[in-house]
Amino acid sequence: MSSIPENLKYTKDHEWVKLEGEIATVGITDFAQSELGDIVFVDITEDGEAEEGAVFGSVEAVKTVSDLYMPISGEVTEVNPLLENEPETINSDPYGKGWMVKIKVKSVEDINSLLTAEDYNSLVS
Amino acid sequence: MAELKKLQLHSKHVELGAKMASFAGFEMPLRYSSEIEEHKAVRSGVGIFDVSHMGEFLVVGENALDLVQTLTTNDASKLKPGKAQYSCLTNERGGIIDDLIVYQLAENKYMLVVNAGNIEKDWKWINERKSERVNITNLSSGISLLAVQGSKSIEVLQNLTEIDLKSIPFYHFVEGTFAGKEDVIISATGYTGSGGFELYIKNGDAEDLWDAIMDAGRRYEIKPCGLASRNTLRLEMGYCLHGSDIGEDVTPLEAGLGWVTKFTKEFIGKEALIKQKEEGVSKKLYGLILNERGIPRDGYKVLNANREEIGIVTSGSLSPMLNQGIALAYIKKEEIEEGKKIIVNAGRREWEGRLVKPPFIYKIRFKYSK
Repeated sequence: MSSIPENLKYTKDHEWVKLEGEIATVGITDFAQSELGDIVFVDITEDGEAEEGAVFGSVEAVKTVSDLYMPISGEVTEVNPLLENEPETINSDPYGKGWMVKIKVKSVEDINSLLTAEDYNSLVS
Repeated sequence: MAELKKLQLHSKHVELGAKMASFAGFEMPLRYSSEIEEHKAVRSGVGIFDVSHMGEFLVVGENALDLVQTLTTNDASKLKPGKAQYSCLTNERGGIIDDLIVYQLAENKYMLVVNAGNIEKDWKWINERKSERVNITNLSSGISLLAVQGSKSIEVLQNLTEIDLKSIPFYHFVEGTFAGKEDVIISATGYTGSGGFELYIKNGDAEDLWDAIMDAGRRYEIKPCGLASRNTLRLEMGYCLHGSDIGEDVTPLEAGLGWVTKFTKEFIGKEALIKQKEEGVSKKLYGLILNERGIPRDGYKVLNANREEIGIVTSGSLSPMLNQGIALAYIKKEEIEEGKKIIVNAGRREWEGRLVKPPFIYKIRFKYSK
């Protein structure tokens, strides 16, 4: 059973979002990392303003590759430097040290259109 | 969709925390924890795979050898009881219906081990070509297959049997008592390149034998391994996967399986293959490795330095031993040259790499064993 923290918001693309002020921290869910298996690197290609739904990078696992989509419109301002050498952190701590990017959101209101933990749980179970 | 078949040891895998996935009509363990760790366990020690999805056909009778010879590309007359060979089942066009291992169990008695996803197709094909005085039995649903692979396999397994395992050469086997169970086929074969054995056992013995091997393997830190690591292990060796690298639309000559295609005997597809050999193949399965961080995947295009399309990837992954992206790809014959610079193109992303003749690892060992 994968973990789905109550305090986060989610997307149907299996990303989680934590909004603090106007900065959204984004990663992939425990369910996503478990489906992907060993993650070997993360490529973040977006370095400016992007609309919700735009591809901002990809996560490569041994078995497959999966695109990353902007969960919310805004600007990628930071990429987790730990992932460069220790991408497996996403497998071991997807909601903590395995975060991927920070986004300065265009509108904080947009967070309300994301899925709640309960919504996401019903999506993956 | 038809319901997935479960392995005899299904609940064992679930208890061990395996992530299960659908493969070839079976619910199979994909990984127990990390496929990279499972891969490394096999390369440096020992791992155990439940590959009971594989199919087994028994071919018995006065005309057994004739039938095997007609159906398969390798020369089964070179076998003797206790010896096995890798081979291909080909159609009239020389296309690969399946790849398989042929075991000679006794005079006039053979076992064909085929891919799980092809069991029904192969069974039908073989039955339609069966002559008189030969009987075929599909044993697949009653046999489990445990592959114990890695350099420490022999130490682990020797604890469980009187049979002298080191006296079994590669692609040979012995039938005997193993961990108190009779009629176990202990075969020095595998799909990893790291040595080891495959044990063909009765379903009813599977649980006891799995437990016995896990117990004997504990001090060697044996790891249960799933299909994900099985795939990266075979890919590092350049072994073909039917359905990805080989299929009915390619021939053994294109797939680099000329070494199991013997024109000194008759078989279905021989004429087409002789013609192809005379005319020369237009593409060949070859290896490639990326020079930069990336993973080639099936369907990605291979370009030469002039950006002309020269091939297509059929299977690729990360090599856990090299920590680089590796792949098998069909490449135009005239473009093949060891070390040649290439580009792998995945649409909006691309990487530089080079052509490499597989295997991707253990090259020295193979160089000297020729």
